[in-house]
Amino acid sequence: MSDAGKPSPDRPPLIEMRGIERTYVMGDNLVHALRGVDLTIEHGASIAIMGQSGSGKSTMMNLMGCLDQPTRGTYKLNGKDVSRLSRSELADVRGQMIGFVFQSFNLLSRTSALENVEMPLMYQGIPGRERHRRAMKALERVNLLGREHHHSSQLSGGQQQRVAIARALVGEAPIIMADEPTGNLDTATSYEVITILQRLVDQGITVVLVTHEPDIAAYARRVITLRDGLIVDDKLQEPLRAAS
Amino acid sequence: MTVFTTLKLAFRALWRNKVRSMLTMLGIIFGIGTVIAMIASGQGAKEAVADVFRSMGTNLLIVTNGSQKAFGAAGGAGSRFSLTWADEAALENGEVPTIRWVTPVFSTKVQVANWNTSVTGTKPAYFQIKSWEAKEGALFDEEAATTGGPKVAVIGQTVATQLYASSSPIGQIIKINSQPYEVIGVLDVKGQSGMGQDQDDTVIIPMKTYLQKMDKGQGKYIPRGQIYVSVATETDITNAETQLTSLLREKHNLGAADDDDFQIRNLAEFALSQQKSTQKIATLLAIVAAMSLIVGGIGVMNIMLVSVIERTREIGIRMAVGAKPLDVMTQFLVESLVLAAVGGVIGLGFGALLAKYMASYYGWKLFFPATTAALAFAVAGGVGVVFGLYPAIRASRLDPITALRYET
Repeated sequence: MSDAGKPSPDRPPLIEMRGIERTYVMGDNLVHALRGVDLTIEHGASIAIMGQSGSGKSTMMNLMGCLDQPTRGTYKLNGKDVSRLSRSELADVRGQMIGFVFQSFNLLSRTSALENVEMPLMYQGIPGRERHRRAMKALERVNLLGREHHHSSQLSGGQQQRVAIARALVGEAPIIMADEPTGNLDTATSYEVITILQRLVDQGITVVLVTHEPDIAAYARRVITLRDGLIVDDKLQEPLRAAS
Repeated sequence: MTVFTTLKLAFRALWRNKVRSMLTMLGIIFGIGTVIAMIASGQGAKEAVADVFRSMGTNLLIVTNGSQKAFGAAGGAGSRFSLTWADEAALENGEVPTIRWVTPVFSTKVQVANWNTSVTGTKPAYFQIKSWEAKEGALFDEEAATTGGPKVAVIGQTVATQLYASSSPIGQIIKINSQPYEVIGVLDVKGQSGMGQDQDDTVIIPMKTYLQKMDKGQGKYIPRGQIYVSVATETDITNAETQLTSLLREKHNLGAADDDDFQIRNLAEFALSQQKSTQKIATLLAIVAAMSLIVGGIGVMNIMLVSVIERTREIGIRMAVGAKPLDVMTQFLVESLVLAAVGGVIGLGFGALLAKYMASYYGWKLFFPATTAALAFAVAGGVGVVFGLYPAIRASRLDPITALRYET
């Protein structure tokens, strides 16, 4: 394992959240989704965010993934304050720092696996040849070489999720945010996907798993539990190994 | 994203919904097509009218005798003799410098063999004014027209066909008022005049001959005739008319209170008013065509709005992986631009065909200037941008979180 996870004095933590609050206006009501969260995540961490629906874990993921911004508090990503950025700047941060893996895969329909994986690179202005090379490399990392020209409808659920992981990897982002990545998969395929995610952790990538299933959270080194918009538990554990 | 990548994406997205894209394009195709056809045929019609008047004579002013006033009622034009040979000589001598060609024109109806036609006595300047040349044989010269007076005739195509069918009339003798004339030339075909007369149904003889054999004249007055005057340049026509009027008034010793005892008809003015009314109709048609283009544009906007809603989740995915609002906006804008531009190109072809068909149907020259084509293409692109902007802005303003959760 790399030593990327170890804190060092000259390197700021990857994620540093201080007093994060997020409120929504829903009709006449003010909904407090997060009520003051402090969280620090080091480089190369393997972390699961747990909680029932309504606990604020989705809001947490959206904020962490720079899809949303906090109402109050500061969020430093790799030492840079990203809590008050424009939509355009946020998009840039997402492109460079974060790869998303969703429960419902969210691949573009009627588009080949290769093109799905290439897509993030287009927005970074990377030329076609280089895009192709990097996308093929990412597909190789998820064992999908040979299926790059298959459309999502021609791939199984597990394969689709692996394409999504390749897409998250292709930009060489240090963080992968996986939102219930196994929620739509059977046990065997779930295991497959978890294996790949654990391998990424071994390679020094920070993987944030958002899940409500303790079985899945067991594969993470650190488990954070949210309830009513607050962190109620934060523990380290020896993760289950999925790899055979 | 590079321009090429953006275009590729747009083409692919449109290709995915081929039928829909085609139907949307139809609106633009018809819009641009009709605009092109209307502009082209408007030009063609205008040119056709101009051609007709050009065939009657270049920058022509026709000076005739004035009308006689008897007991307060005015007789018709030419009912009084007032134009004199001295007037004509003055014009020939360049007393109105803007005038280039001058000739008296006498004309009367005659029967030649079994054909009723008109015989005209004039000077060679007449052929210059009408830019008329002999397609066979020759024309008579100045000497013949003013001093010689030989019995020769130049005939129009209609007369030639009527009298000699397909054999050559040159050297043949025709009888006019029982006098024999030798046919020395056949004129080019001119077609109808602006007033609808067949200009080729004519026999032209030297002026001197006409005055000896057809009309003995009235001494110093020019008999029932006209003076054709051709102004050197089009812009000088109005000037020439004014100068001509004051010259004739002076020669006729008219006081300030007297009415003109002659008339000047300005064919250019008539041609202009004809052209203006053609132009008006063409403009009106182009406006109607432009309306259909707007309808086409609304079709583009409609389909782009549907497309944005359908692809909400795609927009969410793209934003999640790093697409900026501007990237999303560009994507949709380029799609509608491509839709309109491709429609514009097809419409251009369609319009060109339509214009060609109309031109051949009405016998116009095909008018299809490159500027019109370029303009139409630019307009199509403009329609794409204008009507694509609103859907594109809507797409770019989507919240990625909501968009990602959107269920289709």
